[in-house]
Order: sequence, then C-alpha cells, then structure tokens
Amino acid sequence: MNPAPSIVFFTVASGAGYGLLFWAGLLRPLGWVPASPGFGAAAVGLALVLIMFGLLSSMAHLGRPERAWRALSQWRSSWLSREGVAAVVTFGPAGLLFLSVIGDHTALATAMGLLSALGAAITVYCTGMIYASLPTIRQWHHPLVTPGYLLFAAFSGAALLAMLAGFWGQAAAPAAIAAVLGAAAFLLKRVYWASVDGARPVSTMETATGLGSIGKVRVLDPPHTETNYLLREMAFRIARVHAARLRTIASIAGFAAPAVLLALALVTGGVLAGICAFAAAALAMVGLMAERWLMFAEATHTVALYYGADARG
Amino acid sequence: MTSLPESKPGAKKLGLVIDLDTCVGCQACATNCKEWNTSGHMAPLPDRHPYSAGQEGVWFNRVHSYEAGDGEDGRTVHFPRSCLHCETPACVTVCPTGASYKRAEDGIVLVNTDMCIGCQLCAWACPYGAREFDDDQGVMKKCTLCIDRIYNEHIPEERRVPACVSTCPANARHFGDLGDPDSAVSKLVAERGGFELMPELGYKPVNRYLPPRRAPKADAGPPKDAGPLPSQITNPLLRWVDKVLSR
Ligand code: SF4
Ligand code: SF4
Repeated sequence: MNPAPSIVFFTVASGAGYGLLFWAGLLRPLGWVPASPGFGAAAVGLALVLIMFGLLSSMAHLGRPERAWRALSQWRSSWLSREGVAAVVTFGPAGLLFLSVIGDHTALATAMGLLSALGAAITVYCTGMIYASLPTIRQWHHPLVTPGYLLFAAFSGAALLAMLAGFWGQAAAPAAIAAVLGAAAFLLKRVYWASVDGARPVSTMETATGLGSIGKVRVLDPPHTETNYLLREMAFRIARVHAARLRTIASIAGFAAPAVLLALALVTGGVLAGICAFAAAALAMVGLMAERWLMFAEATHTVALYYGADARG
Repeated sequence: MTSLPESKPGAKKLGLVIDLDTCVGCQACATNCKEWNTSGHMAPLPDRHPYSAGQEGVWFNRVHSYEAGDGEDGRTVHFPRSCLHCETPACVTVCPTGASYKRAEDGIVLVNTDMCIGCQLCAWACPYGAREFDDDQGVMKKCTLCIDRIYNEHIPEERRVPACVSTCPANARHFGDLGDPDSAVSKLVAERGGFELMPELGYKPVNRYLPPRRAPKADAGPPKDAGPLPSQITNPLLRWVDKVLSR
C-alpha cells in the first residue's frame, strides 16, 4: 500500500495525542503527575494540538474535505465513521478538562479526565479497527493490529507525558509506565512481524483468477501499459526497498531505546531524568513514523495479484 | 445507508457471466464501457495526458491476459475484470458517508458522487480492484452495471444490457439475474461450472466466470494412417525398406 504521508502523520500524531490525553486524564486524579495548573494545561494542551494536527492532516487526504461532516453518519457499519464520531465526542470532555485544569476545578477536572481517557481509548480502538477489518490486506487483517495501535498510542502518550513531567522534575510515574509499555511494544511488534512473515497468504493469483485448476498462473499481458490508480495506491512496492532497515529503526529507535532511556530516567532523577525523558519521547515519535510507514509499505493488497505480484507481495 | 440490504432468498441479483473460454482479449468491452460511462451515470471518467506518454485514467473494466498451467495443458486466458456486485461487499460497509450503497431491488452496488468525500477506504476494501478514484472530482467511481442502459426505456429493448455485453464480438459476456435459478445466465453457470473469484474472502461476488474448456487430450491424437501389412508387400526391395524403416 502507498504510505500517504498525511495518513502516516495523522495516525502517529493523533495516536500520541490520544495516548497523552489518556494518561493525563487518568494520572492527574491519582496524583502521579504534577498537580499544578501549568503542567495540566501543557499536557492536555499538547494532546489537543497533536489530535488537531492529526485530524487536519487526515482531512488533507480527502478528495472532498468540505464534505467531511458526512463521515459522521454511518457509524452503524463503518469503523471510519465510528472513529470520527468518537473523535468529535471526545473533544467535549477534553476541552472541559483543559478549562478545568487551568481554572483549578479539581472535581470537574477529575471527571472530565476520566471521560477523556475513555474517549481517547475508544477513538484509537476505532482507528485500529479501520485497518484490522479489511480482509483485502492480510498484514492488517491480523489480531495484533488493533492491540498494536492501542499499545503504541499508550506508549508514545506516556513518553510525551514523562517528557513534560521531566520539566517539572517529577517524571517518575509516567516514565515507569512508558518504559514498561515501550518494552511491550517492542515485543508485540517482533511477534507481529514474525507472524506475518511466516503466514501463508490466503489469496493467490490462482484464487484471484480462478484458474488454479489449470495450473500455475502468470501474467502474459497487462491490461494497460501505463500506470493507474490501483497500481499507485494498492500495488505500491518502492517503499518496501528499505523495509529491513526501517524495521530495525522502528523497533530499536522507536521502542527499545526509549524504554531504556526512560528506565534510566527513573534511576537517575533530576535534570538528567528530564533529558532522558525528552530524548525518549523524541525517539519514540521518530520510530513510530517509521513503524507506521512500514505498516503501509509492507502491506500487500489482493488487487496486486491481478497484476502478477506473488502473494507475498 | 452503508448497512447492507437484507438478502432474501429469490431476490434479484443482477450480474455478469464472463466466458473465459471464448474471450479473445480484444478490449472491445473495456473500450465501449469507457465510451458509454464517460457520459453516463458516473460521468465523466477522466484521463490524464490522454494523447502523450504517461496516459492514465479511470476505467471500470480492465482486460488482463494470463498463462495458466504448463506444456500441453497450458492455456492462454484473457480475463476481463470489473465490479462483481458482491452480495456482502466490505466496500459498502466501510464507507463512512453513505455514498456507497447496494440496491435492495437488484443488488447493484453504486456510489453517490454527491455524498462521497473521497476517503478512498472503499477502494482499499475491494479485493478485486473495481473502484478507481477520480482525481479531478475528488470522488470514487465504479461500474454501475450500466444502470442507465438496462432500465432505459428510450433505447430499444434488445440494447438494454450493459455496454460491455452489447459490444463483445465473441459473445463472451452475458447479463442477467443470477438470483433466479431458471434464468439463462444461471443455467449457463450450472452447465459450465461457473466459479466465483476469491471465494475465500467471503464477499460473495454475484458475477461468475466460466472456465476455459479442456483441450482435447494429446494422446487421443489424429488416427494413424493404416498402411499395408508387411505380408501384403510383394516387392522384396520394398519389403526390405519397410523392415528397416519400421525398426
Ligand atoms: S467487486 Fe469490489 S467494488 Fe464491486 S461490490 Fe465487490 S467489493 Fe464492492
Ligand atoms: S471514497 Fe467515497 S464512496 Fe468510498 S468510502 Fe469514502 S466516502 Fe464512501
């Protein structure tokens, strides 16, 4: 699949934003992050900015952005519509959370924080299901895809929260959470890659054409000599060239290194902890961009079979 | 509504039956499809650089050519590919706007281009590559089964079939109600062992493909010319030649 930069950016930015909103909403009432209005405003504010940027970037991907509101109508059948509804609904408590932390209304902030955390989790779940529900792409139609989206959002959000809390000198709790989630994300991605690499594709050129009863099928002539929409979008292969290196970048820079840095932040404390947490958050975001790029670039769509791609892509 | 209409037994399922035995790969169906539909229900079907290198555009029908099998059993097969008007298509259910829908009355899958936001998720959801995006209008386009021909009372009745069907010189394309077991197309499918494409994905395509007929077995071959028995050859020289050559 063609890794459209707008979608790669959207899912990483909004995922991190929702993760940050989730942890900010949940950890503030517990007193695990600084209680000052300044910190609350920074955390919730950054989350909202990331979410907004993500949404605007996904709108840029639409052919008719001015009609985007129509996407809220088909929540009965469409995960994309559900994601839209969940995102819009979550803006309510998230906005109120922002106002109540600034105004220091503790009770309201607690209630809105918990509601925001719930909304954030539901929205990211819907994002994951948009991909996981497509039978056409075996690398997406996989039981670890939605848990992955949730875990990566939780991890990057916790890393961002640790970075912010580092500026206030209290990074311990979010750093500990992010370190554990980073290690979990590293493992999940490894297991996922092993699983998709080893799996036998369900659909082949033989099932796509139904000619398997005659024998092995190969392309004699393509239907058109120039490229087309299907080849550009669905049979995109160039991005796979650097897959092996990008996998290393994603898993090491994106998950393993930040996890180690965050663990370091825990033991060192003070200014050093803040620097470690900052570096961890920056690495996590870069690594997740690589991860999301690969999520598209390595995905093989069944339509490519008609053009002669072997079933592994 | 992008929820699928309830499928009732005996409901009308309009679709195509494509004969891979007789298709000659002439591209006439694809050409006439483009011709009709660029001014039809989904018009226009844009083209970029139509008269120079890098030409590309929206087509609803693409004719591939494959080789299947090896040696004497190998076949060259021309393979037209278009929307199969599936019974349970994810292209419809994933659509967030309601622009994609499946008609309850005849099963035709359509896009309402006035509602489409161009998110292109439906194209990802179609296993068969039947949806192509119109960059000019920013909306998705697809085969309509020539809904503007098959019900069109302004054209003679015998022309009320999809453009591809009307133009095929090899009579490789058939149109009809595959929900009715007694229709001509259903009988053809039963007779010839018509099959679905990628049934494993569970979209339940309505269109069917008829397999290429088996080539006659090579060992059946043309009958050998029955020559005279050696005992019938009287000339000694010829008998000797026959003996040598028969070794
Ligand atoms: S062939 Fe593709 S576009 Fe047509 S109904 Fe099936 S899934 Fe939808
Ligand atoms: S591109 Fe249009 S028809 Fe397709 S899913 Fe999006 S809104 Fe629906």
